[in-house]
Amino acid sequence: MIKVQIFNIQKFSIHDGPGIRTTVFLKGCPLNCMWCHNPESINKNIDILYDKEKCTLCGECIKKCKRGALKIIDEAVITDLSKCMFCGECAFYCINNARELVGKEYTIDELIQEVKKDMSFYEESGGGVTLSGGEPLLQIEAVLKILKKLKNIGIHTAIDTSGYIPFENMLKIIDYTDVFLYDLKIIGDDKHKKYIGVSNALILDNLKKLSNLDANINLRMPIIEGINADLEDITKAIEFIKQVKIKDINILPYHDIAKHKYKKLGRNYREDIMKVPTDKKMQIIKNMFEKEGYNVKIGG
Amino acid sequence: MRGSTERIRKLRHESVNIQPKLSIERAVLETEAYKKYYGTVETPVLRALNFRYIIENKKLYIGDGELIVGEKGDSPQTAPTFPELCCHTMEDLDILNSRKYISFKVSKKDKKTHREKIMPFWENRSMRKKILDNMTDEWKNCYKAGIFTEFMEQRAPGHTVADDKFYKKGFLDFKKEIEDKIKQLDFLNDLKAYEKKAQLEAMIISCDAIIILGKRYADYARTLAEKETNKERRDELLWIAKNCDRVPAYKPETFAQAVQMYWFVHLGVTTELNTWDSFSPGRFDQYLYPFYEKELKEGTITYDRAKEILECLWIKFNNQPAPPKVGITMKESATYTDFANLNTGGINPETGCDGVNEVSYMILDVMDEMKLLQPSSNVQISVKTPKQFVKKACVIARKGWGQPAFYNTEELIEELLQAGKDIKDARYGGSSGCVETGAHGREAYILTGYINIPKIFELTLNDGFDKFTKKQIGLKTGKAENFQTYKELYDAFKKQLKHFIDIKIHGNNVIEKLFAKHMPATFMSVITEDCIKKGKDYNDGGARYNTRYIQIVGIGTITDCLASVKFNVFDNKRFTMNELMEALNSNFEGYPLIRNIVLSRTPKYGNDDEYADNIMVDTFNTINNMITGRPTVSEGTYRIDMLPTTCHVYFGSVMGATPDGRLSSKPLTDGISPSKGADTNGPTAVIKSASKMDHIRTGGTLLNQKFSPSALKGEKGIDNLVSLLRAYFKMGGHHMQFNVIDKETLVEAQKNPDDYKDLIVRVAGYSDHFNNLEKALQDEIIERTEQNFN
Repeated sequence: MIKVQIFNIQKFSIHDGPGIRTTVFLKGCPLNCMWCHNPESINKNIDILYDKEKCTLCGECIKKCKRGALKIIDEAVITDLSKCMFCGECAFYCINNARELVGKEYTIDELIQEVKKDMSFYEESGGGVTLSGGEPLLQIEAVLKILKKLKNIGIHTAIDTSGYIPFENMLKIIDYTDVFLYDLKIIGDDKHKKYIGVSNALILDNLKKLSNLDANINLRMPIIEGINADLEDITKAIEFIKQVKIKDINILPYHDIAKHKYKKLGRNYREDIMKVPTDKKMQIIKNMFEKEGYNVKIGG
Repeated sequence: MRGSTERIRKLRHESVNIQPKLSIERAVLETEAYKKYYGTVETPVLRALNFRYIIENKKLYIGDGELIVGEKGDSPQTAPTFPELCCHTMEDLDILNSRKYISFKVSKKDKKTHREKIMPFWENRSMRKKILDNMTDEWKNCYKAGIFTEFMEQRAPGHTVADDKFYKKGFLDFKKEIEDKIKQLDFLNDLKAYEKKAQLEAMIISCDAIIILGKRYADYARTLAEKETNKERRDELLWIAKNCDRVPAYKPETFAQAVQMYWFVHLGVTTELNTWDSFSPGRFDQYLYPFYEKELKEGTITYDRAKEILECLWIKFNNQPAPPKVGITMKESATYTDFANLNTGGINPETGCDGVNEVSYMILDVMDEMKLLQPSSNVQISVKTPKQFVKKACVIARKGWGQPAFYNTEELIEELLQAGKDIKDARYGGSSGCVETGAHGREAYILTGYINIPKIFELTLNDGFDKFTKKQIGLKTGKAENFQTYKELYDAFKKQLKHFIDIKIHGNNVIEKLFAKHMPATFMSVITEDCIKKGKDYNDGGARYNTRYIQIVGIGTITDCLASVKFNVFDNKRFTMNELMEALNSNFEGYPLIRNIVLSRTPKYGNDDEYADNIMVDTFNTINNMITGRPTVSEGTYRIDMLPTTCHVYFGSVMGATPDGRLSSKPLTDGISPSKGADTNGPTAVIKSASKMDHIRTGGTLLNQKFSPSALKGEKGIDNLVSLLRAYFKMGGHHMQFNVIDKETLVEAQKNPDDYKDLIVRVAGYSDHFNNLEKALQDEIIERTEQNFN
């Protein structure tokens, strides 16, 4: 049976498409953006979040671990992932809630059951379900089934995609997707490679193709001061967007509230180069797009 | 400064800045009246003569600039006492005078009068004394242990709401109707004819009394006019006099007279007895609109003038603090607010069509402009209500101080139909007090007291023994550790519930009889449908419909307690009952793992989680089936309400730690809201959980939602709020209200109260100044889960 690996189901989600929505965050992403506010989404498998500040080193988790995967090194509980079975006992018995397992497998029916719960709110508000991530289209077979079922029961669907996937994945779901929330990060390919690790050729190409098929696309651009917020970056973006049939753009000011998650994952966070854009800057960028006739919104 | 005109700004400023005080005037007059009439007439007549005597002799008050006149006391923010109901002790007066919250200043002179004149006469004659003398030891033990409260211990049954009858008839018309009824009495065949005659005669005296009040105010306004040097004010005083010449003797002809008519009736009801929830205008926009429309056509009124008149009325409401409460009655309702509540919007009661009219919008503007605690201004939302109106109401609610609260018209009507009302009567219905449902103008729906459901579960776990009062007050249903299954435990809990509910109803049935016998409400009977027809008093089942409510407190807490025991002890065996009981007895000290499991790893109500929600539904049905439909003394029926006022704080204070992880003495859940911090899946999940309860089988439920201001920003924020409301109401929800404020602001306000004198928050079915709340209640509001949308 096909299952889908999910790390969060967010109800009353109001920034990921129209109306009141449930956003399902799928695990696994081909990109590795350093500003990602869901770093726990990148790994397609279960992650263990560990909050050193909450941990009192009481050792209860070490006692409960049946595989002996945990030990204290330098006043922190370190997990030997080669031994860990991800059974979750350590987190369950942590009285300080310092440990948390991220990632849960759902069958398609279980997931549909869960997102159907807020049907009345979708109907009332013109909302629906958004599949986000990670990159949801990596789990294409599951996503296809989910979307078909959602459409079958009349739920509005949105896909929040990085675009960095084979175009055939998009083709498969296009008939069951009411709106694509398509992320556009950096136009210059060198810069893209530098900060994201891969070329953006596929992303731009897919966007053109998708647009040619008259898909309903809502472009979403994260604005990160120090990375892609120079007016030159924006001008380049506008030049590119002119080539596709897109009218609606959301510019999303970068924020650093995900900082603590990086710590919990034991990852480095580059506060030194990423900065929050000022309101004024966001307004300037908004004006630049609007001058070209786009419908622009700051935020989701 | 709030208020649309200079006049209103001045009057509002006075109203909110005067320290409430107690007045002994009514008690003195009442004592004189009783000495004069007691033993010479039947009880209803005695009560009516007493009412008339007070009105004939009380001091009148017309404040400078007022357009609507009449005060319950001798001036704004003055609360008369009702020694026939509750004869305060000298200690009570000292407490009232000096307590930190909800104080009433008592002058030395009044204290002396109270000691020398009031106490000697009333001490042994008050209803409070009669009630306590007639309660069993069992009842008293429960009362002391905090199993339930008793609404009639210091106050009279009330919860009465106006319909439109006194806008269509004057009190001379009512008088004529009653006189005709007396003429028709059949002393040969109707064996109750004598009682009826006494009651009807008393009602005639009550009509006279209210007519005298109007006449006295007319004369007083003219006297003031003669002395007035400012021409403009002199004309106004003469205009007031003219209005008071007209109402309440005759039916009102203008918008201002209609408002003045309401206010005289309000004063009548609340002077006759200190009725709970004072008195309410009900569907005010429906009743005022014909007057507004007519005057608009005739060119005798403008929108601004009508709004100013309404603002004058708002000040009148706000000028009346709730009667001074002490002891447990204070704890269950710790506020100056007297719960006058009006319902705007909904449907037109005559046609069943959308009822929103220009006065509905005007009332929204007035509540927004005035930002006063009283009256509690609320809206009814029907599927027929235009979105524009809902949005406007939401824009005001977003400002964060709790008004308006929202009620569901279709659900209200269904509740009333389900309780046996005729469709026309149901359409005249709505909410009053906090969230209580009734058929306005034709039903006595009387709240009788809160019942502490989690405490009953605590007793179940302790074999009926109360650790706090150290008494065996429950049944012996077995020790916690001997229950082998969840069902055994639940069955024991059911037995205890039945036991305590029976004790409460036993007490209620005695108290109801005492009020019927000793405290007829003859004025209220005039304006309540069928009392004239039946020749029977409001307090004796005279109304067309008679309902007694018992208010259920802590449904969220009890659900989480039961879910915790079922999930952890029986289903998953994470710890034993013994271990749990040890943890509870130690207030979880030394049991961090158990506490963390019950707090963080156990299903909780408010998350749209079947495991917990099914337990809520079971428990709700169990309680409901034990109460709803049982007969009352006045041939009415019992029903339940799911509202707490401030009683969830008091009830929590008499309890130890509970299996849901709640620590000893901490508040219980309010209304049907989830436990603080337990609802981690956002507002839609809360709404889904809450809607699983069968609301129409209650007489009202209360759901609190707290949002951070950023969550409701912009047009989209309003649209989302509207959608949330509409979805909840489609699912059959009764009521929802909002606090829109950051936790940080509340914490800051607690630290620096002087900087936040204007901060108003939603408590239960009412709003209050944050500074007027005791610390435990402030903490409770701070801890309410803040819904942040992302």
